[in-house]
Amino acid sequence: MIRIRSDLPLDRDQLNRFLPWLIAFMVFLSVLAVAGMLVLHATASKWDRGVRGTMTVQIVPSNDNYRDEARLNDVLTILATSPEILRYDVLDNNELVRLLEPWIGAVAGSGELPLPKLIDVELRSTAMLSADALGERLTERVGGVSIDDHRVWLDRLVRLIETFEALAFLVLLFIILATVGTIIFTTRTGLAVHREAIEVLHLIGAHDLYIARQFARRALGLGLAGGIVGLFLAVPTIWALAHLAQTLDDRLLPNIQFGVLHWVIMAALPIVVSVVAMLTAKVTVMRSLERML
Amino acid sequence: MHIENLINEEPIVRFDNVGLRYGLGSEVLKDVTFALQTGSFHFLLGESGAGKSSLLKLIYLALRPSRGLISLFGNDIATTARGQLPALRRSVGVVFQEYRLLNHLSAFDNVALPLRVAGVKRSEVEKHVGELLTWVGLRDHMRARPPTLSGGQQQRVAIARAVISRPRLLLADEPTGNVDDTMAFRLVHLFEELNRLGTTIIIATHNHQLVERLGHGSLHLVKGRLSVTPGRVAIKHDMTSETSVSKPIKNLHNAGREPENEMSKPVLNTQKKLK
Ligand SMILES: Nc1ncnc2c1ncn2[C@@H]1O[C@H](COP(=O)(O)OP(=O)(O)O)[C@@H](O)[C@H]1O
Ligand SMILES: [Mg+2]
Repeated sequence: MIRIRSDLPLDRDQLNRFLPWLIAFMVFLSVLAVAGMLVLHATASKWDRGVRGTMTVQIVPSNDNYRDEARLNDVLTILATSPEILRYDVLDNNELVRLLEPWIGAVAGSGELPLPKLIDVELRSTAMLSADALGERLTERVGGVSIDDHRVWLDRLVRLIETFEALAFLVLLFIILATVGTIIFTTRTGLAVHREAIEVLHLIGAHDLYIARQFARRALGLGLAGGIVGLFLAVPTIWALAHLAQTLDDRLLPNIQFGVLHWVIMAALPIVVSVVAMLTAKVTVMRSLERML
Repeated sequence: MHIENLINEEPIVRFDNVGLRYGLGSEVLKDVTFALQTGSFHFLLGESGAGKSSLLKLIYLALRPSRGLISLFGNDIATTARGQLPALRRSVGVVFQEYRLLNHLSAFDNVALPLRVAGVKRSEVEKHVGELLTWVGLRDHMRARPPTLSGGQQQRVAIARAVISRPRLLLADEPTGNVDDTMAFRLVHLFEELNRLGTTIIIATHNHQLVERLGHGSLHLVKGRLSVTPGRVAIKHDMTSETSVSKPIKNLHNAGREPENEMSKPVLNTQKKLK
């Protein structure tokens, strides 16, 4: 590791040798936690954006094909005359079969099973039309129609993602606290080990701040060294995980690209951790020297 | 220096009824009262265990008295803010009994320490430390760490560190303890030179012979009680004398005005004396 001339032989302390590796590990974990948070956040908002303002109208089939056709036309007329609606799309039967096949097998396409009509509806972004209100408007004139705005499903997913985000944040907080605790511990040990040299520095006329800076500078140096190692280990890990996620399911996890801002946030983590380490060392030294003469 | 200044001047160190005990033990120093004038030279005498080191520690602010009043350069140390102590300590040079050099630093860095903690510019530090180490005959050992130096060399590093920032008060705790008589006299001569330049000196020793021959004032400690004997001879304070010894010390504080080749001049007399 880098050696800076220091008035205290801090770089020979056992604990200080182990510290950069610990910080590397901490930064590694925190970069992963932050990356996870960013991915989850982006996923949640993408889903939210994707699903908000869309509804699915379902027309339950009866035995009478002609009547069903008439009901569909009625519904489409109502949709066409509703000013809140930007676009609607009737799913054709082939597509419906494709969606159902994984669940109910070949019977879906046999024509023996009555299939419902599904209509994707997209609202104008300014529209304030609830599923219930649209449902009322339709069922007034047409029977056997139901509306789903995906709210329940979406709310559950968003709540799940928010829980994961909170967990990642807790992990980050825990990492910072663990780093602070470790620095306090190693600094106190250093103070005890170098008690004699510190007393000499005091007697020669050193201010507490001068002594604290020796510890702070060391903590910053070790923090940066460890932090950069941690970052360099974390980046390929994230790449690997992202690649793995994409091969698993490219529909559920939208293709998340980290933006420049995301990379900047992650690259800032070693600096944040190092500065936290530096300030912790400084405060720890200042506090304990206050008790000396 | 004018006479009226001498009379009016605040004593550099003043003790009033000072008592000191370590923990719950009995008093190591009892009712110690004295005042030292600026520019004086005193020996601090006493048997081993009489409390000499403890008295010096009180002066260099390594200990607080259990009772009584201590004032240093006119500051009552009991009421001096903690943040002001470094400034006071920088005016006191100490040659510790066991030298207390920092073993992981080179001789150069040890001597540079008082300047560095005081925030002196790097170029100044380089110049002064180099000059002083050359003067004490350690020019070839600047990069050596204390454990690789002989006892005498370590002592010279310790003395250099004590005087590098030109303290107003110099304390030496048994500097003649581990050296033979000739060497002891040479050391004392060195301190006399510093004294001549205005530094107040207190040397703890149990070498009575030294004290009697030189006739400086003395502080005598017997079982923690102090009696003061004034000196027989007054040191002449001649700030302008250019003796071979005083010159480099003066240079320390006339830095920049001296010609550049000052350091490369032939080794000074003192170096031979000290060796
Ligand atoms: N840190 C200490 N704790 C307890 N007792 C001490 C301590 N330092 C010195 N003493 C005691 O104080 C007395 C004076 O010691 P000291 O000042 O070192 O005397 P001297 O320097 O004259 O030999 C001795 O009895 C010694 O045992
Ligand atoms: Mg002693």
